[in-house]
Amino acid sequence: MNGLSGSAAVQVPSSRAVAHQPLALVHGRLVDGETFSGEPGGVLIIDGAIRDLGPDVAPRNLPSHARIIDCGGDVIAPGLIDMRAFVGEPGAEHRETIATATAAAAAGGVTTILARPDTHPPVDEPAVVDFLLRRARDTGRVRVLPCAALTQGLRGEDIAEIGLLQEAGALAFSDGAQPIRNARVLRRVLAYARDFDALVIHYAEDRDLVGEGVMNEGEFASRLGLGGIPREAEAIMLDRDIRLVNLTGARYHAALVTTTLSLDIIARAKAAGLPVTCATSINHLTLNESDIGDYRTFLKLAPPLRHEDERRALVAALASGLIDVIVSDHNPQDVETKRLPFAEAENGAIGLETMLSAGLRLVASGELSLQRLIGAMTLRPAEILRLPQGRLRIGAPADIIRFDPDEPYVLDPSKLRSRCKNTPFDEARMEGRVKLTLVAGETAYEEA
Amino acid sequence: MLDPFQKFKFPHRHLLGIEGLSAQDIYALLDLAEEAIEVSRQVEKKRSTLRGRTLINLFFEASTRTQSSFELAGKRLGADVMNMSVATSSVKKGETLVDTAMTLNAMRPDIIVVRHAQAGAVHLLARKVDCSVVNAGDGAHEHPTQALLDALTIKRNKGRIEGLTVAICGDILHSRVARSNILLLSALGARVRAVGPSTLLPAGLDRMGVDVFRDMKTGLNGADIVMMLRLQRERMQGGLIPSPKEYFRFFGLDEEKLGYAKLDALVMHPGPMNRGVEIDSAVADGPQSRIREQVEMGVAVRMAVLDALAQHLPNG
Repeated sequence: MNGLSGSAAVQVPSSRAVAHQPLALVHGRLVDGETFSGEPGGVLIIDGAIRDLGPDVAPRNLPSHARIIDCGGDVIAPGLIDMRAFVGEPGAEHRETIATATAAAAAGGVTTILARPDTHPPVDEPAVVDFLLRRARDTGRVRVLPCAALTQGLRGEDIAEIGLLQEAGALAFSDGAQPIRNARVLRRVLAYARDFDALVIHYAEDRDLVGEGVMNEGEFASRLGLGGIPREAEAIMLDRDIRLVNLTGARYHAALVTTTLSLDIIARAKAAGLPVTCATSINHLTLNESDIGDYRTFLKLAPPLRHEDERRALVAALASGLIDVIVSDHNPQDVETKRLPFAEAENGAIGLETMLSAGLRLVASGELSLQRLIGAMTLRPAEILRLPQGRLRIGAPADIIRFDPDEPYVLDPSKLRSRCKNTPFDEARMEGRVKLTLVAGETAYEEA
Repeated sequence: MLDPFQKFKFPHRHLLGIEGLSAQDIYALLDLAEEAIEVSRQVEKKRSTLRGRTLINLFFEASTRTQSSFELAGKRLGADVMNMSVATSSVKKGETLVDTAMTLNAMRPDIIVVRHAQAGAVHLLARKVDCSVVNAGDGAHEHPTQALLDALTIKRNKGRIEGLTVAICGDILHSRVARSNILLLSALGARVRAVGPSTLLPAGLDRMGVDVFRDMKTGLNGADIVMMLRLQRERMQGGLIPSPKEYFRFFGLDEEKLGYAKLDALVMHPGPMNRGVEIDSAVADGPQSRIREQVEMGVAVRMAVLDALAQHLPNG
């Protein structure tokens, strides 16, 4: 049974009709995860799909009635696909709504979001999947795809109605920020999910080992007098999970890997040919534990930011492809939950709008190629979720972004479009500005 | 009917399972059962094969239909039948089972029919008594008379068992009916399939010669017989499947799914049915269903088994 439900994958915001007038982006540099690494060229879009691309898409070759956008040397890439973002609906509209989350996404070049299922109520019933799809269609500027629960109520006890949820349009399954503590339950979930060829996304963390910890265990935590979370809290659970994947054969995606211990486990799993993929967050790639500084709670994350050595290893693993995907891990938290002593504050940082800019730091520093950065945010998520977008390919949906990777700016949180402003890049110097975001050929964001 | 069976002497003292029976043994029992059907359809449904003999139904696990089926079978053969239902909640595992057996044995029964919640319990009991023992179901292990009546039903409708494709669907993991059927049908040359979600399938089925399927569409494709197993309530609440609603949608036998099987496929179910969970009412009551016939076959098969075992009794 295929997890790709047609309506969810090609859903288009309803507020706009699909453009029939051809649209051409010209004079750009094409970058995507598989074919283009900066070659000059353009993209021709008709009826929401890519119809031509490459150096020949230039003003001289276009239909006479085409609308032309001169990209002036900017990068033209597929719109980003974010596999982990909290969009607030249903139940947490004070933190974020689909409208605000997708506005932030569009401004950040993200054109597809896989929404976390740990909402209120959680996405463990087909009716909630329907609700999400309708809300996304009516209020979303970009595509929002439902991720449904693995266990009922996210309680980690009973398998969720994976078959029915998949039929309703769920693209993948996860318990959000909750690990499944009981190995017997996870085994059954994996076995059952495999019957439906469903993708299992698991947040692997041993809560008992986390205990009262609030940041990465180590010298820095000890100096700050804060409880530490050892790397083993992630590795032990991930190891357990991979052994169960070996037992059941389910498709497994590790939601967030942040340590070298985990990378070893992933490497062994892939070498053994297991259907395992993994992601890390943009925060863990660009920040380390010392950025917490003097108890800055916007840097309080789960899993926690790690030592700089770990960060470098993550970047190298991303470059090699061992880490498949970068996620924003967009987690809006309002002032009440963040303006507290560090140990009492909620985890989380927003990231939809800044994910690309932050990622470009790694390119600027030479740690990562632009093609690999883009691929980890477009092609790999598309392959894992079995989506047709995320590629510069003729026939693919015209989810396209235009950005200048070098344009600098200082981040002003008050200008961010998310309802909450808990960004770890507060007042940071950023590089890279999105100028245009298209979803199915329609403008979702355009720089003023 | 039921003169001492001249041509074939049933070579076993007990019937503890299908395991250990040869194809010849099985066909002999089925032939004997055919004759028993005739007896049960007459006005005077009585023969004297077991006259004067004592049959004890010792059921540690509650069961109305199997117990009454054995009771009727014994009475139609002229036996004195005693029913004993033993509550297991206050019983220490193992110890009282043997004590009970030895106590009964002292009363010199001829045949004891036993059902127990633990696999292997009937084998343990059989070692402790002098009489013949029939397994009416031991845990998830075997339920041989159910497999025999299923085979009889199939044979009477399809004319044979060899070469047929039989799809057993549902909770195979906990099912003694499934295990006995797998053994019997394989022994007689049928192609056996198991269809169900992975959480309800035991490991190693393929090594038992069973083709395993995890969806009904491919599992029922071209099947001659669709055998549905009951989804027990404990399974629904025990975290093995998400909900009855999901189970019925993907694994319940409705007319659409029955359409994947052959046009003349038969629908069977050991009972009792959970209508709307593993089977649709329209299918259960429909023209392809043989569920009621299975019940009639049950009494006949049990008469045949008792008759066959009676050959080993003193002065039998």
